[in-house]
Amino acid sequence: MALQRYEWADSLLVERLLEMSELLEICEQIVSKAADNEQIEAVAIYSRETEARAYEGEIESLTAAESHGVGIRVVKDGRQGFAHAGTFTSEDLVETLSEARDNLKFATPDEFCGITDSDGMKPAVLDVYNDELGKVPTEEKVAMALELERCTREKDSRIIGVESADYSDSISESAVVTNTGIYASSKETGCSLTTYSLAEENGETQTGFGYSIGRRLEDLNIEKAAVDAVDRATRMLGAIKPPSGRFTVVLDPWVSAQFLGIVGGTLNAESVQKGRSLFAGRQGEEVAHPSINLVDDPTNPESFTATSTDGEGLATRRNVLIENGRLNQFVHNSYTARKDGISSTGSAIRGYSSTPGVGVQALAVTPGELSPEDLISQVSDGVLVQGVSGLHSGVNPVSGDFSTGAEGLRIRNGQLAEPVREFTIASTIQKMLSDVNGIGNDLQWLPMRAAGVTLVIGELTVSGA
Amino acid sequence: MDTRQELEPLLNADLLERSLEKALDKGGEFAEIFVEDRKGMSAVLDDGRVEELTSGRSRGAGIRVIVGETTGFAHTADLTARGIEAAVDSAAAAARSGNSENKSVKLGTENKNSSTVQIFPSMVEKSKKVALLTQANEIARSQKEEIAQVSVGYGDSRRRIQVANTDGLLASDDQIRTSFSVSCVAAGDTGLQTGRESVGHTIGFELFDEIDVEEIARKASQRAVTKLGAVPAPSGEMTVVVGPGGGGVLFHEACGHGLEADLVGKSASVFAGRRGEMVADPMVTLIDDGTMSGEWGCYAIDDEGHPAQRNVLIDKGELTDYMWDYLRARKEGRPSSGNGRRQSYEHLPMVRMTNTYLEAGSSTPDEIISSTEYGVYVAQLGGGQVNTATGDFVFGMTEAYLIENGELTSPIRDGNLIGNGPQALLDIDAIANDFAMGSPGTCGKDGQGVPVGDGTPTLRVGRLTVGGTAA
Repeated sequence: MALQRYEWADSLLVERLLEMSELLEICEQIVSKAADNEQIEAVAIYSRETEARAYEGEIESLTAAESHGVGIRVVKDGRQGFAHAGTFTSEDLVETLSEARDNLKFATPDEFCGITDSDGMKPAVLDVYNDELGKVPTEEKVAMALELERCTREKDSRIIGVESADYSDSISESAVVTNTGIYASSKETGCSLTTYSLAEENGETQTGFGYSIGRRLEDLNIEKAAVDAVDRATRMLGAIKPPSGRFTVVLDPWVSAQFLGIVGGTLNAESVQKGRSLFAGRQGEEVAHPSINLVDDPTNPESFTATSTDGEGLATRRNVLIENGRLNQFVHNSYTARKDGISSTGSAIRGYSSTPGVGVQALAVTPGELSPEDLISQVSDGVLVQGVSGLHSGVNPVSGDFSTGAEGLRIRNGQLAEPVREFTIASTIQKMLSDVNGIGNDLQWLPMRAAGVTLVIGELTVSGA
Repeated sequence: MDTRQELEPLLNADLLERSLEKALDKGGEFAEIFVEDRKGMSAVLDDGRVEELTSGRSRGAGIRVIVGETTGFAHTADLTARGIEAAVDSAAAAARSGNSENKSVKLGTENKNSSTVQIFPSMVEKSKKVALLTQANEIARSQKEEIAQVSVGYGDSRRRIQVANTDGLLASDDQIRTSFSVSCVAAGDTGLQTGRESVGHTIGFELFDEIDVEEIARKASQRAVTKLGAVPAPSGEMTVVVGPGGGGVLFHEACGHGLEADLVGKSASVFAGRRGEMVADPMVTLIDDGTMSGEWGCYAIDDEGHPAQRNVLIDKGELTDYMWDYLRARKEGRPSSGNGRRQSYEHLPMVRMTNTYLEAGSSTPDEIISSTEYGVYVAQLGGGQVNTATGDFVFGMTEAYLIENGELTSPIRDGNLIGNGPQALLDIDAIANDFAMGSPGTCGKDGQGVPVGDGTPTLRVGRLTVGGTAA
């Protein structure tokens, strides 16, 4: 193996590693500068990432990244100002605080504006941080990327190349401190493998990708990632354009997770309060097929995006958004909650360079009883969609209209049939949720804020030839 | 403070030379230091109030050390000699197998580029920026009673960069961008609809001497209200006419990405090995031009220190060249085309587009529309996406109309169009004389976003698949 040619350092990371306590200290220092009648919130993050990319038996690139940053929010007389910096020098912190103070002068006063105080809820104790990951020699990580690339390349003679085969991991820590009683921190680790294969036959190329995620190296499954990438590419060889028409469409977990992420985006209280959600005013009503239960639970450690505290330092919690098809609740941060006269649902999301937004953090549909194979066997004439494109350009989360590029396999008489590509699937979010008539038992957590499960949609418009 | 005075270099040449020598000492064959200092501010008015002003600052250096086929990369926010040294060590760890040599590095004369903006946004009072938001909000809301929500955004950024490498290159640039956008929601019997209009240029606050924020507000508002009467988009293959300006997205996706040398080199592009071939009708000339003064995707030097260029990609239908970054060009023994870009000092550079546009043709827009019996006219495009290996691409329509018997009729609801790049190029059968640049865009590739511009005249594609829901 090519690995022996390299002599990797034990760790590529700069020796100056920050400790959690330092982030809290930095935040405390900033908050201690609060003047009378002034609320201050400081959020600081620190992350270390390693990425090894293999190409044709060599390491194409090896990245050792260390990032940190601080965001300061100041609220006074109902006005909010914000500033952020990608450095921790005292000079920059002083300037950032002064910019945030200056910025608030220009905001329109708002009685609901404010920095949250503690709601007394204790953050869940989550097993989402694995100390060992930071100690794994870079050599081992590099070896995984090389092995992933080799494994993908050698699985099938029609694989002519691997566009990229990556190992990556991150250790991230964040702290939020305010002068209103918030003193919170959390840390998470994660690692993943992703590989994109290129398959060729009769001068035609198709691509497929595979992945594996976890919190420790042992969680990663090279074989699974490689097999998926190869299957997804080779089964698309010979794909034709399907006819246009209305079909039953089966979304595989990777695709359904992306759609659920969009649905989640319409269920946040900010969109609702600002009149940008198609679900505004529909609480308590039936908005989806009665078999649908949609839950956002960042305290579920199975979720790759699990976290014990939200972007404002409040404990995260399990929120049931849709129950038996009925719209139960929206997700809130402290601002939207104050406006509605309720409590935050612990759903503030942000980086250090932005003020807290609102959003789902670990969304999943409660899985059903049937396997994907059983669900497919019930479809007489349909399409299995394994990939979508243009979600950012073809989905209007305000009107609910969506239309995305798609690729997959035809389903005939309950069997997977010929591959199809260069078509779109379209409907509205509202109609699609009502048209769900099958939920698989194959829940998969993915490297995004939503989990996937096989979903059968009774009718979508397919536009092809 | 930003002033017109001579700016201090981000790092002095002596430190750069010593650090680069150190990278070679550790076995590197080639090393590069990219330094960046970025400052910006944004202001948002939403739901009738100025929600917040945000200021941000970040600076740091990214260091690449290359040995054979392997690139080691590390970055640091610590611009002291110690911080740079630690990052060099990290990046060079990948290069341990190389031969350690005591090579000296002598940087050449600096290719220094100063900003040509007239008004540095950072010198403009914040209250003036806020006043633009308020003005646009009032106009957008006063247009039609159906307007239910308005969001207005202002942003400016200053990005100073400096690049030095072991080939002796030393270059710097000062890039200032200013942007403004209005998004409206209209409510009616058919539900909610959206309309958006944005402008962005690589210039300073003089942007607002050139554009009228009220006009932008009116366009966004009109777009949302028009769509309340939209019918479902048709479904299936048909003729598509794309209006002037935004059509560049089509080329960006249909062939732009496929002409990036990194993807071509990995056989991950349908355009690999096709240089010299006729890939479109002779009326098609496609150019990527990083030198277009003031456009969103322009700069003096790319993020590897090479001057921006005007590169003809398709010349009268013939595929003439790909776009190159320094790494790939160096391997091929050819010059970079000035397309090596990165999102920030925390990212590795790769081949990226700048301002991609289609040259004007000779038809008039009216001739094109009136000679189209049935199809779709796309007045404003959203984003798009492409799989360069298969060539399949999509792009969104955010303002579109049916063409029936040579005339624009009903507005249609949002959706994507899908096609295959090489086929779509061949299917272009008319190009008009009304060239315009489109809205500012952010192009995403491998997780990195960079500002890009695009432009087209009105053009017609004989056949694309429109992804609507109408039977």
